[in-house]
Amino acid sequence: MSGAPNQTPGLRYPSNKKTIYDRNLNRSKNAELSRAAFAYLFVEMISYAQQRVRGIADLEKRLNTQGYPLGLRLLDLLLTRTANPLSSIRPTRILPLLQFIAQTLWRHLFARPADALERSESDSSQYMLFDNEPLVNQYISLPREMSQLNCAAFVAGIIEGVCDGAGFATEGVSAHSVAEQEGGGGEKEKSAKGAELWPGKTVFLIKFKQEVLEREEILGRG
Amino acid sequence: MVVFALFIISKAGGLIYNREFHTGLAKLTSNDYLMLAGSFHGMHAITKQLCPVMPQPPNPTSAAAVLAPSPFSGRPSGLEVLETSHFRMQCFQTLTGTKFLLFTEPQQPNIDSMIRKIYELYADYVMKNPFYTVEMPIRCEKFDRNLDGFVKVRS
Repeated sequence: MSGAPNQTPGLRYPSNKKTIYDRNLNRSKNAELSRAAFAYLFVEMISYAQQRVRGIADLEKRLNTQGYPLGLRLLDLLLTRTANPLSSIRPTRILPLLQFIAQTLWRHLFARPADALERSESDSSQYMLFDNEPLVNQYISLPREMSQLNCAAFVAGIIEGVCDGAGFATEGVSAHSVAEQEGGGGEKEKSAKGAELWPGKTVFLIKFKQEVLEREEILGRG
Repeated sequence: MVVFALFIISKAGGLIYNREFHTGLAKLTSNDYLMLAGSFHGMHAITKQLCPVMPQPPNPTSAAAVLAPSPFSGRPSGLEVLETSHFRMQCFQTLTGTKFLLFTEPQQPNIDSMIRKIYELYADYVMKNPFYTVEMPIRCEKFDRNLDGFVKVRS
């Protein structure tokens, strides 16, 4: 990849020879996007992912893969744009990372922070991020045969990209609708009560790898 | 402000959605609904042909002539309103050929804004649904829920 592109001027190669990399990073800081435009694009993304797919888990995996590169890039972009120079370093502990995701990332994507952040009681490597009404699911009504699908798997992919980019390897990030969990266990009952008020309530389960937890423990001691 | 029912008819004339909001109406079988929709579709096409043709101005390229506002604006449209002593039926046809039939009580005001709002709900919760195939029967839970909410608030 060398030399000046010998192309006719167009969107990608404007006539003043400036590419996307010459643009100011803060230029699109407060830019807004039409919700309908994203909704139609998302419809096509789901249809694309659905071709020759073998099941619901596979479809969710494909949506996850679609969101992963976004997470990698958003991590760097959002850290660059933070106003406070002290907080523009990559988070090195789990809790600041999760707070970065729940506050900064969510505000950038959805104009509001995430609704709750909890650590799982049964599994210490698993953290749960709650969103009462994921924006990506707003216009989607699931048919009965696909009621286990949650299209917020795309957002789970973004979260996984952010975690991996920051150096916190994950086993996986998955999106689950809270309403369909069976009863039993204190934490599940609490979240099930919220599901009546918010029918689209979604929980993102972030499972970190063992070495991340060990590192966290060492850092906590020192 | 009472809304009785809503029908949505596809471009080909098949009924893709029917919903009753008022209890106490006479029950029809699903076959009856399909026949109703098909008959209306045919009738709409016939009335479109019956619509008076716009008179051609004698000299269309003349810039000096000032024409009085003509009542024949736009393309001819089919049957739009059917009113009886018991109900009023309004038909809204979109640019793509989908027809929305709204049955209300005869003295209902603001039907236009209601139909526009229903069209908006359709554009949101049906068209932006990845699991909906166009021109197929509508089975979208969010569309039903929001339609209910809208009609209940108005009545």
